[in-house]
Amino acid sequence: MDFGPYLMLATLEGTVTAAVLALTASGLALVFGVMRVVNVAHGEFFMLGAVLAWWVTHIVGGSAAIGFVAALIVVPILVGVLAAVTDMTILKRIDYDPERTIVATIGILYILQQVTLMTYGPDARPVTPPFNTRIALPWFEFVNGEPGIYWPWGLSITSYKLAVIGAASVVLMGLWLLMTRSKLGLLMRATEQDRDMALAFGIPVERIYAVVFGLGAAMAALAAVLIVPIQQAHYLMGADPLLLSFIVVIIGGLGSLPGTVLAALLIGLSDGIISVFFSPTLAKILATLVVAMVLVFRPQGLFGAKRT
Amino acid sequence: MSGDMRKSLLLHGGVLVALFTLQFVLPAYHHGNLARIMVLASYAAGFNLLFGYTGLLSLGHALFFAAGLYGMGLAMSQFGAGTGLALGVGVFLGALIGGLVAVLALRTEEVAFMIVTLMFAQAGYLTILYFGAYTRGDEGFVIAQADRVFLGRDLSNPQSRYFFAFAIFCVSFVMCLSVVKSRFGKVLVAIRENEERARMLGYDVAKYKFAAIVLSATLSALSGAAYGLLFGYVGASFASVQYSIFPLLWVLLGGAGTVLGPLVGTAFMFYLIDLSSGVTTAYMLIAGVVLVVLTLFAPQGLLGEMRRRFWKWLP
Repeated sequence: MDFGPYLMLATLEGTVTAAVLALTASGLALVFGVMRVVNVAHGEFFMLGAVLAWWVTHIVGGSAAIGFVAALIVVPILVGVLAAVTDMTILKRIDYDPERTIVATIGILYILQQVTLMTYGPDARPVTPPFNTRIALPWFEFVNGEPGIYWPWGLSITSYKLAVIGAASVVLMGLWLLMTRSKLGLLMRATEQDRDMALAFGIPVERIYAVVFGLGAAMAALAAVLIVPIQQAHYLMGADPLLLSFIVVIIGGLGSLPGTVLAALLIGLSDGIISVFFSPTLAKILATLVVAMVLVFRPQGLFGAKRT
Repeated sequence: MSGDMRKSLLLHGGVLVALFTLQFVLPAYHHGNLARIMVLASYAAGFNLLFGYTGLLSLGHALFFAAGLYGMGLAMSQFGAGTGLALGVGVFLGALIGGLVAVLALRTEEVAFMIVTLMFAQAGYLTILYFGAYTRGDEGFVIAQADRVFLGRDLSNPQSRYFFAFAIFCVSFVMCLSVVKSRFGKVLVAIRENEERARMLGYDVAKYKFAAIVLSATLSALSGAAYGLLFGYVGASFASVQYSIFPLLWVLLGGAGTVLGPLVGTAFMFYLIDLSSGVTTAYMLIAGVVLVVLTLFAPQGLLGEMRRRFWKWLP
């Protein structure tokens, strides 16, 4: 393949990564924005989503599409409820102290991961995609001054990957509408801006926190259900999404939703493109260092406004 | 006060004497375990200086531990350094990286500090994997028997290994005690309790924090280098996130801001995992549950609770 088609393929794959990453990271950003706590167990909610998706499709049986749709509906709810319960039983009791929350969520991380290891086992298991047609893509080139179309071998994408991109966009739009146009979104934003004032106005802040924590985890689980037909479900799969989500949330400006989506696109695309041309380990080292430097020298993120 | 001083001396001296005599009575298995625990407890003690006394929570201490481990190991395997020199290289590398991290990470605070240290450690871990040609990545490398002779004693021999581990532990233990009793240590505690007030009183908070990080990194690197030397293995898993979480776990369990806490926490956790790994492969579950229970019910740890209830004089 020539360079051009190769780059296009990398970009398409990068967009799929970016779409899933945007979903996962906006869950983390939501929790950080409203609750001002860092949820280190976020990656494990992602992992749980993938593992439960395998489990649900396995139980439902029948055609791949029915099982997948069932997983798409049931899994985010299950994970969301679990996260909300975690919030009410653990985080509420330590009063959302930022440092103790990190320690507690590290504990939750290990609990979720190891319980999955004990029940689901150490194997990676696939979920069949509901539809998976290969779509070959054309490439334009000038041959002797004449524009022409040809179909380079290997330049293709599956219909399922395109559907992932579409679904992620729809969900993100939905989240944005929820935050800006609904009553619940209004309550969340009020809590975000001033917790004490929100409390004084009779907003049930603790219930909002539980909802936000559950919603954040459900976003991660949904992203995992979408990705699991492409990538297999494994009990250790939470580490990478966690790190990447951190990177995205920090670059995007802690807690800002549009910034997060923009940063996810940036990171997802550059991850896809860089790892095609460079060693993935080197790409990760550079990304990690760059993000650390962003936090050191520009703590409000690249796109975030300075908070008071 | 002098009565408290005597009690404190008696307790901490007693612990050292007990650790020294235990080597003659313990069966071989626990003998080896205790040597391991003492080295890891020195690592926890280094972490405790920063977390327990200065109030800075780093989630990337594995970087310093691994700096000591790899500084020592690579000096031997790549440059053929002798044992003493290699040990020195490891400790120096740890201090150097500690200084570097301190300069950058101290520009941030609280949660950002935790994330920045975590990311530096992650970058360090990935760097070790990236240079797999020298470090042999995940697989790690073994330190040759011939290189594990220090001051004429073969460290692969259980007796001298125990003694060396004990010596390392003594160094860190006495160092922590003297830091805590010193003016420097009191300023660190003042910073932990109220940073603004410490600054108002005229202390250069940034300088003290810098010194605390470097000291903590040096102790961590010393135990990392000693660990590689005593157990003859250098591997990337010691640089992973897990080894940044472990000292936090040990210190929280034993009691942050107590000199004995790291030893108690490390020993307790070591045997908890040792016993449970006989039952299940998911032994990290125990670590998770302990972390959650600790943050919920005993944020002060075992010795912290003891201090709160009985021994007000515990340093």
